Amino acid sequence: MTFELSAVIARRGLDVSFTVAQGETVALLGSNGAGKSTVVEISAGLLRPDAGRAALAGRVLYDLGEGRPAAWLPPHARGTALLAQEPLLFPHLSVRDNVAFGPRSAGASRARSREIADDWLASAEVADLADRRPTSLSGGQAQRVAVARALAADPRLLLLDEPMTALDVAAVPAQRRLLHRVLAGRTVILVTHDPLDALALASRVIVLERGRIVEEGPTRTVFAHPQTAFTRALTFGLDLSAGA
Amino acid sequence: MALPELTGRSTARGSAPAGPVTLGVPRWILAIAAVGALFIVLPIVGMTGRVDWAHFGSLVTSPSAVTALLLSLRTAAASTVLCLLLGVPMALALARSRFPGQRLVRAVVLLPLVLPPVVGGIALLSTFGRRGLLGQTFELLGVQIAFSTTAVILAQTFVALPFLVLSVEATLRASGARYEAVAATLGATPSVVFWRVTLPLVLPGLVSGAVLAFARALGEFGATLTFAGSLEGVTRTLPLEIYLQRETDPDAAVALALVLVAVAVVVMVTAHRPRGLS
Repeated sequence: MTFELSAVIARRGLDVSFTVAQGETVALLGSNGAGKSTVVEISAGLLRPDAGRAALAGRVLYDLGEGRPAAWLPPHARGTALLAQEPLLFPHLSVRDNVAFGPRSAGASRARSREIADDWLASAEVADLADRRPTSLSGGQAQRVAVARALAADPRLLLLDEPMTALDVAAVPAQRRLLHRVLAGRTVILVTHDPLDALALASRVIVLERGRIVEEGPTRTVFAHPQTAFTRALTFGLDLSAGA
Repeated sequence: MALPELTGRSTARGSAPAGPVTLGVPRWILAIAAVGALFIVLPIVGMTGRVDWAHFGSLVTSPSAVTALLLSLRTAAASTVLCLLLGVPMALALARSRFPGQRLVRAVVLLPLVLPPVVGGIALLSTFGRRGLLGQTFELLGVQIAFSTTAVILAQTFVALPFLVLSVEATLRASGARYEAVAATLGATPSVVFWRVTLPLVLPGLVSGAVLAFARALGEFGATLTFAGSLEGVTRTLPLEIYLQRETDPDAAVALALVLVAVAVVVMVTAHRPRGLS
């Protein structure tokens, strides 16, 4: 399930190229406007780059550029579930039906998709919320349900776009633990502002600055020996020498 | 007391329950609003005063009146269904896709809102009439549309459709495409997204749009008269019956007008809730 992507958007000054290995979690770091979310949207098929190519597990997601026939897979055919800052649970569906949405869309029967949903709700430790309406959940609960919903879709690539930014400070550690558990062995791109997220969840980081990759490497190496002003500022006060 | 001057309700000040303070509307604006409301309420009250209550029952249950009312309800319901079938895809096309000439298309599609209904009737007649653009084709198939109940439904749909399109389009724009994007990344095809996400999310706008369309269809007069005529039991809806009665039996006309007002009020109150209220 290796994911490889290259993309150019001239208007936004974006020009990136990177690879995520099978089972690897890569954190995308960078200041606001660096192009992190843009990369996620391109991967999910919600944004079309001027040129570039992406492939996931050998399937071409898009192949755009001059001199070749354009290839483009729509979002629903990509197997790239997206979890954004806000949980965006469908307000008209129960928690269980929200999580069952992915399996149901993939063709599972109603009963089977609800079984899958219950398994994932249990795994996200929110089984007791199954019959609730999304509007009655706290922010932390809703985001856990959203994690369960994304995973229930059985994505080949999981895209997490600042999944903890909108959470109450008190809910963040539990959410981070949950992600640590469920991301193991998955191919994941994690956009984050928080060096702790990167340390806890990602084995590798890619640092973006104005649409370009300026730094890249194993998380601990990059944080222990920051090469750019951004990573130096980001890791200020973090002492990684002991555990590195 | 927080900002009592702005609440505009000095009498309720002392007894208001604890909770967020509503920043009210300035009193002079409320006064103008009251004048506006009176402008609409007074004529209706005035009409009620003209009703011959002694004979009200027999006036509104005359065979021609009952026939007209039932025809009105039937055709308005059929028009509403047609508006839903055509209007929801139109609203989606306007709110969720981009195509060349979209602004022009939108303006043309909403034209019946500002067009005199009689003009709409003439337009329909020149299209579906015997010598019309499509009428000749239908004629060959042995179908005559003009001056039939079908014509009533088409005329009502013509004038009511923009109400539904506008209402659904506004709801679509307000709800945004973020839920639909999430649904797509979870593997839902565009059709599944439509049935399972888009449609349920716009349901409030859909209902209020359908109610407005029904009410507009119920009151349709000019296009109906021009395109469908006034044949009792076939095309003579309640507004046409009222207009006809006004010439011969003003008491009956007033009584029937009140029935139409009552039906409209019931429909609006039971189903039409502006967005933001729930």
